[in-house]
Formats: sequence, structure tokens, C-alpha cells
Amino acid sequence: MAVELVKGNDALLRGAVLAGCRTFYGYPITPSSEIAESAAALLPQLGGTFVQSECEVGAIQMVYGAASAGERVMTASSSPGISLKLEGVSYLVGSELPAVIIDIMRGGPGLGNIAPAQGDYFQVVKGGGHGDYRLIVLAPNSPQEMCDLAMLAFELADRYRNPVVVLSDGFTGQMMEAVEFPVPVTSIPPKDWAVRATPETSGNLINSIRLMPEDLEEHVTALFEKYASIEAAEVRYEEVQTADAELVVVGYGIVSRLLRAALARVRDQGLRVGMLRPITLWPYPSQRLAELAETASGFLVAELSTGQMVEDVRLAVNGRRPVAFHGRYGGAVPSVDELVKAIEAAYPAEGRSA
Amino acid sequence: MSTMTGGAVLQWPESLYRTFHRKPGGGQESTHYCPGCGHGVLHKLIAEAMDDLAIRERTVFISPVGCSVFGYYYFDCGNVQVAHGRAPAVATGIKRALPHSVVISYQGDGDLAAIGTSNILHAANRGEPITVFFVNNAIYGMTGGQMAPTTLDGQRTTTSPRGRDTMDTGSPLRVSELLSTLDAPVYIERVALTDAKHIMTARRAVRKALKAQVEGKGFSLVEVLSPCPINWKMDPAESKAWITDHLMPAFPLGVYKDVLAEREPQTRLAPQLALDKVAELFAAEPSVERTGEPTWDGVADRYREPQVKIAGFGGQGVLFLGSLLANVALRRNYHVTWLPAYGPESRGGTANCNVVISAEPVASPMVTEPSVLMALNAPSLERFEPTVTPGGVIVYNSTLISKTPTRQDVEVVAVPATAIADELGETRAANLVLLGAYLAHTGMFSAAEVEATMDQVLKSHGMLELNRQAVARGFAATT
Repeated sequence: MAVELVKGNDALLRGAVLAGCRTFYGYPITPSSEIAESAAALLPQLGGTFVQSECEVGAIQMVYGAASAGERVMTASSSPGISLKLEGVSYLVGSELPAVIIDIMRGGPGLGNIAPAQGDYFQVVKGGGHGDYRLIVLAPNSPQEMCDLAMLAFELADRYRNPVVVLSDGFTGQMMEAVEFPVPVTSIPPKDWAVRATPETSGNLINSIRLMPEDLEEHVTALFEKYASIEAAEVRYEEVQTADAELVVVGYGIVSRLLRAALARVRDQGLRVGMLRPITLWPYPSQRLAELAETASGFLVAELSTGQMVEDVRLAVNGRRPVAFHGRYGGAVPSVDELVKAIEAAYPAEGRSA
Repeated sequence: MSTMTGGAVLQWPESLYRTFHRKPGGGQESTHYCPGCGHGVLHKLIAEAMDDLAIRERTVFISPVGCSVFGYYYFDCGNVQVAHGRAPAVATGIKRALPHSVVISYQGDGDLAAIGTSNILHAANRGEPITVFFVNNAIYGMTGGQMAPTTLDGQRTTTSPRGRDTMDTGSPLRVSELLSTLDAPVYIERVALTDAKHIMTARRAVRKALKAQVEGKGFSLVEVLSPCPINWKMDPAESKAWITDHLMPAFPLGVYKDVLAEREPQTRLAPQLALDKVAELFAAEPSVERTGEPTWDGVADRYREPQVKIAGFGGQGVLFLGSLLANVALRRNYHVTWLPAYGPESRGGTANCNVVISAEPVASPMVTEPSVLMALNAPSLERFEPTVTPGGVIVYNSTLISKTPTRQDVEVVAVPATAIADELGETRAANLVLLGAYLAHTGMFSAAEVEATMDQVLKSHGMLELNRQAVARGFAATT
């Protein structure tokens, strides 16, 4: 069977194409520019739209326009560019518009650097734009998942009429691995609410204003009822060797690959260590972590940040078990050796004697 | 728009709602605009033009932030409300998705000429085939009378309480003049809503701007000098006189650009799924046919499961060498990862990449302690030699590296790769010579497997024979 060696960023754009996305608006920034470059190469050949916008703010508002018209539309950027887009993201949420936003995270704050990082967890998962809202956030850890989760992102965005972010990093974007591309989406469910410049849709309105407090409260309540249904249906995670684990390590994206390598080494040493890898960062696998807190004696979270996702693990574990943290940041990436040492240090004393 | 409420309207435009059902809190027979405001007049002119051009059902009206934030209360068409200043960007997204639509971006002076300056400038410069109605009343209305970019020299506002000081805040921004310097726009005119004569001129301009879009001609904009009696602290009659006496001298009326006659209609198609084309494009991407089992049979233990670092100058084909090795392994059903150094690390003349080959799924794609180092130049050997694991292999380009590796605990293979490549007449083939030497030394893959892989993954086959020879010479170099 034929198989391709594909870069994560390319796999992602091709996944978007397979999901029926023909429209890309974006602004160049390292390390996400390759996605825009792939879109510029591919989409016009398919009769689609690629526009290099005047700014990140413009790009997300072009997305707002295309989404209003019912298109499957995406934009891609990297951390500082995502900061700029968050105003528009809030409007997308307020108007209940589906859109897919790619964040190939780099080091911050400020201009930081272009090395891989995970310092956008707070701004993407917890908010960053104004108002009460949630984004569905997907965290791939391979080129195959860059493709698969890009496809899923469009499906979830349309299903819930909410923006979806694929949160990745420079390594996952740049690395090549074998990718098997799924079959393309052959039809996109109609969007009766969209403004399509047709007689049937000329009464439609895309809008995030609710002037009266009671109206806005009702609107936000409805959003959060929708979010409750997303939390019930869309949590995704991967578990590795957790059944007998004394220590559960938690990491997402590229960090999960490094943890996986460390896991193999500490298992060889006889330490009973497992891993939970969140694939959806929101909704978060809090319930599963709470269950694991019943069986495991401790947790270790590793991130390319000073500790952002670790707060969600601590909330889920809720003080019942110690939650240790190992972070590298500024574009630094932990070696597998370093993670092995962190696991050894966090490994519960009672687990050692067992 | 007070005339609308009294039943004295001669003809109600079809493109305006009869009753403003979206307006909350009662008063759905009248607009939210203040007495003497220009918005109502302009709304009516636009709606009449929509009627006359029979475009109501395919019109998308974009309501901005400002007094016309509630444009969707009034226009009986598709409506999209947007963020402050961003209407031209949103219009771009709508128009490109729906080329048959008529997109109206309706914006005030703060919206268009302050916070949204970059968006209007670039939409105009791209020639987005949309119609912009720019209401210039020299003040922020909705937020209560602050200074606008179009506020006149000396004009008092709540944020220029001593009168606008142009030495401090700049001069009134002349949008029509500014945009008319661009190549793409097809029609730009400035009009005023003062007396019947001027309103008739405005009426013609509105029609012309919309017709330009209907005919696919390109970007059009009508700037409308419009009264804001409340914030100007005048009565409606005074405010019209103030437009004539003060605004018009600063913002002269007239046509600033009209190239409608010479522009051909643009044709843009709505995006399609084009699945046949998708299949064709995906099929054209290089792939390998998997064959065989990843057993490591016939490969010495110490060469199995290699963690490979490849490094050299930019232009030496370091990344290609890595991806070819990865593809050879992938063809044999091994699991592989390839990870380049990117960004500043990849600039400044050096390049390196990591390749991991395994019979099992690869966990980490990072190679910090390579079991194999392929060094194409001296700095690469110097940098990565110390990182090679004991018992590992260093294959290096001895043509360009005069200093031999000092490590005693690794296997060292010296290959005059560049000299061999030069003999073949292509110095850039040194990378493949080095690959051949590595594979011959370790017995991992045969020259025939490399050739079969190149045959499958190289988009251009022009170099295939040369590449085959380079690999073969590499294989021969170690025996």
C-alpha cells in the first residue's frame, strides 16, 4: 500500500482540504507560514480562495465573513498572531460562527522566539478574547493527527457553530512521518442560518450584539448549555499503561512524544508509570483524571511552559494526590533523560516499595 | 428618517423593512437615529437603489460599529454585524465566498478612517468588488461626540474640548483623495446630504457605486458628508449650513476616481469541492509502496534502530538526504520520523536534520544522542561528534573535512564524497555518496532499494541516473 512521508504542517492543510475547506485567510509568521504557503499553492488549483491579509486582525475578520457565508474556512498563525486574532475569535463565538484556527505555538512573551513552545494554553484554552466563551481545542502529536484533527476540527466547528483551534507546535508542524490520508468529505451539511445572498437566506442575520442585558444573558446561557453538551460528548484522550500506574504523567502535543520515550525507559527500570495524553484540551479529560486519582498515587505534568495545563490537572485531581510539574520554556525542549529524571523524582515513595 | 413615521412617504423602498422587528423595546415604526441625522436619508437612498437594481435578495449589508451598528434593523436583506473597523475585511470574506452577492460595507469615520484604516486601504488596494458607503460627519456619534480623524481644525469635541489642534492630532483625513491614489478602485465620489440638489447627486452616486458592483467592475466607495446635529450641538438646519460652510471646504465634493468605462468585469467563481481535482493533486504527491517486513534481518545489532543526525552546509542536500533515508526505511515498512532544524538554526549556512528508524512506532523524533552522524562539512563534525553514542557510527565527507574524528569509541567511515560527486560532474550529489557509504557500512538497505525509492518519490526523474550512480559509488567507497 502506498504511503507518504509528510510534514505536519502540510498534513494539516491537506486534512483541511479533505474536510472540504477551500478558503484560507492568513498572515505570514514563523513557524506557521508553511501552512499558508501550502494553502496558496493548493487552494487556487481547486478553485478555492487564498488571501494573504493585511494583518492578523484582518485575517480573522475575513474568516468571519466567509463563515457568515457558510464556507468551511480556516486561518493559521503562531502565538503573537493568535494574540491579535482573539478579538475576532470572541466575535466568532458571539455570532456562533464555525471556523478553524491553527496555532503553531512559539516562544513568548513578546516577540520571544520561533522555537517550539506551549505557552498559548492560557490564551487559547482559557480565553484571551473578551466575554464568557469556550473554544474547542485539539492537540495533535503527529503529522497523521495534524491531518485527522484538522478534519475533525471542521466537523466539530460546524456541528456546534463554534470556533475550533488546532493547537500545535513547531516540532509537530515541521516533522515528517508516514501519513495515510482519509477519503475526502463529499458533501457539507447545509447551513440554514448562513447569509448566502439567496432569497431563502435574505432574512438571516449574523450578529453578536444583544443590547438588552436579559437578551445577552439568555444568549450566553444558551452558549454554555451548548458547551455542556460538548463536554459530555467530545472529550478525547489517549491512555498508555495507566492500568497499574503508580504515577501518571500528563502531556500534550510534542511533549507526549518525549514522555512516551521516557516511559519506555522507566518501565524498563520497573517503575509503574502510565501516561494520559489529552487530545482535546477543551473539553478537558478532567473526569478521567479524577478516576485515575483513585488508582494512581501521583501525577507529573510536563509542558513547554512554566505551567499552564497543570492547573487543569490540579483542578481535576482536586488535592487528592500530589501533582508535580516539569516545564521547559523559551523554546527549550526537555531531553528524554531529563524527563526520566523528573519521573524518578516524582515517583511516589510507596510505589517504589510496592 | 422621521418622515418615514408619519405616513407621508411617497414610496416605501422594498429593501427597507416596513416594521423594524429586530429593534428591541418598542418604537418599531421609527428608527433609532436622532432628528436631523443623515443616516436615515442615506439608508433610503441605498434601499431605493437596491430596489431599482433588483438586488435586494442577493445583497449582504454589513453593519459596522458606530451609529449604524443597527443597520440590520432596517435593511431587508442578508445582514452581518461586525467588529469596529473590520467591515472591509469581513466583506472580503463574504464576497469571495459568494461572488454573486452584492456586498455593502457601511461605515462611519471612526470605524473606517481610524480603527479600520488598514482594512479599508487594503480592501480597496486589492480591488475587492464591494461597495463602501462612508459616512463622514467629522465626529464619533454613537459614543457621544469624540474627535474623529475627520474632525476639522479647531472643531470642539468631547476629546478635543479646546478645539482640534492639528499640530497635535494631525489634519482631517481625506479618505476619498487617499484611496483614489490606488490603482484598483473603479469609482470614488464624495457627496453631501444638505439640500435636495446635493441629495439628488448623492442618489446618483449611490446607484453608480452599486451598479459598479452588479457589473463586476471592482471596488467603489461613496463618501457622504452627513449631518450630526446632536453631537455638533446644532439644530438640523444649522447643521446643514455647517456642512456647506465648513465641511465642504475641507472635504471638497466631486468624483475622485471613475474608471468604470475602461474596466472589464471581473469573473470569480464560488469555491467548489472539486473532488476530482483533489484526487488528482493528492495522487501526484510522492509516495512509496510498502514492501517487506521491518525485521532488521541481516543487520548487525549495533546498527539496528538507528538515531541519525545529518548535518552540513545549506545547499548540500542535508534535508533531502534525511528524507530519502526515511523514505527508504518507510518503503521497507519501518516506522520513521524526520525532523529538521528550522528557523534561525537553519539559516546562516548550516542545516541539520534528525531521522529515527525503528521496527516499533517512534516516540521522540528528536535525536540528541545520535547513533549515526553523517557529517557533510567540518563545522558539523565538530559540533555533533561529541554527541554520538559510544559504539555509534560517524560517516563523514573527507573531501571537505581534513580533521579526522578523535573519538575512539565509535566507528568512523571516511568518504571522499565531494570528490566522487565531482567526478560524476555534480558536486551536489555528495549527499547521496555519503548515504551509499552509510548503508554499505551497516548493511541496512541495498543500493537497489534506494534506487527503487528514488524512482517513487522524486518528482523529477531527470537526475535519476546521476543519483543512482552517486549512491552506487558511495556503496563502492567503503568496500
